[in-house]
Amino acid sequence: MRPGHCGRDSPRRIRLVKNGPMLVEGPVEVELEDGTVVTSDRFVVAICRCHRSGRYPWCDTSHRRRSG
Amino acid sequence: MTERASAHTPRLPQPRGPVSAAVIEALHRPCPGAALAATAAARDDPFGEDGPLGEDPQLSLYVCYELHYRGFRGVDPGWEWDPELLRLRGVLERSFHQELLRGVAGGDDLEGELSTLLVEPKTPGGVSHFLATEGNWPQMREYFTHRSLYQLKEADPQAWVIPRLTGQAKASLVAVEYDEFGGGRGERVHAELFADLMAAAGLDAGYGHYLDNAPATTLAPVNLMSYLGLHRGRRGALVGHFAAAEISNPPNSKRMVHALERLGAAEACRHFYLEHVDADAVHEQVMRHEVLGGLLAAEPQLKQDAVFGIQATELLERRFADHLLRAWLSGGTSLRVPLSG
Ligand code: FES
Ligand SMILES: [Fe+2]
Ligand SMILES: [Fe+2]
Repeated sequence: MRPGHCGRDSPRRIRLVKNGPMLVEGPVEVELEDGTVVTSDRFVVAICRCHRSGRYPWCDTSHRRRSG
Repeated sequence: MTERASAHTPRLPQPRGPVSAAVIEALHRPCPGAALAATAAARDDPFGEDGPLGEDPQLSLYVCYELHYRGFRGVDPGWEWDPELLRLRGVLERSFHQELLRGVAGGDDLEGELSTLLVEPKTPGGVSHFLATEGNWPQMREYFTHRSLYQLKEADPQAWVIPRLTGQAKASLVAVEYDEFGGGRGERVHAELFADLMAAAGLDAGYGHYLDNAPATTLAPVNLMSYLGLHRGRRGALVGHFAAAEISNPPNSKRMVHALERLGAAEACRHFYLEHVDADAVHEQVMRHEVLGGLLAAEPQLKQDAVFGIQATELLERRFADHLLRAWLSGGTSLRVPLSG
């Protein structure tokens, strides 16, 4: 499965990665909690769902499991 | 408009033993030349005591491969397809491959390999960790120098695999490559971002400029990519390698950003690694699910090769890191020829 192709007739598909980010076809604009708007024109954008990213709202792989 | 340093054609390097001497000597002449490969390849022990990962064979391979990228200043482009030189390259490649097989665990547990890579060690070792915690600026510049051999042709070796893929695997790999190549903007090509980093660190951003400085441990990971990329039969391993690299990049790049902040480096230096945190957090997902997943759905028999590509990448990266850390912890330089000035 791939993040959906953005055509006029087809809905934009968003893929949720288990224990990971949300993949959205770019470009995207994200309005943050405080009203700031950030943009990314990458072909696919990984949006952080774990709230641990140092690059929030983008995923920076901080969601990964840590070994003991 | 002046030509960007990254567009320079490199000079032929200094030889490091009998095989590289024969190759480099031949390249100074027009193609086809004398029976160069016959002499070098027919030696009983073409690799010296250091084996296939030693200085002489790794530089020889690097030079042979470079003919497929940008070539060397003043060298006849016909050498790229010279049968004698290709025969020698084949001898070097087979022993390189055998040596890698000896060093990896093998098997076909792809999920296991990937999940190991996806776990962050609590106490990270490695070069980026060292640089983030105790490395100094000269060591950072050495690191850039080593990496320039790959980073100034970043994503080029992986582009060889495109015609060997089909369907979703092809579409998604090309999407990742499009991002590596700046999404249609020349100044955003990752190799150009690295050239900006080099210039900002006071280093020469010329393509291949530091070849003589780079030891075999630095050349081997680059040779692996060229080897896997240039052989259609190694497409599974190339894709495994590419996925492994993308998975390892974000945490390493985060530590590099910390290191560069700690050392007060220029913005262009930070920018290269920040871009690799953001980009590769996406690339690793696309490479794993769509490229690797897509390729193995179409050609399940390539699973073992994909595992080999991952393991060989890890093996050579570990050797590279061990070499740098050993040199730095003993207070020396990690380069074969130290930087002047
Ligand atoms: S989901 Fe990846 S860092 Fe939060
Ligand atoms: Fe990149
Ligand atoms: Fe990448």
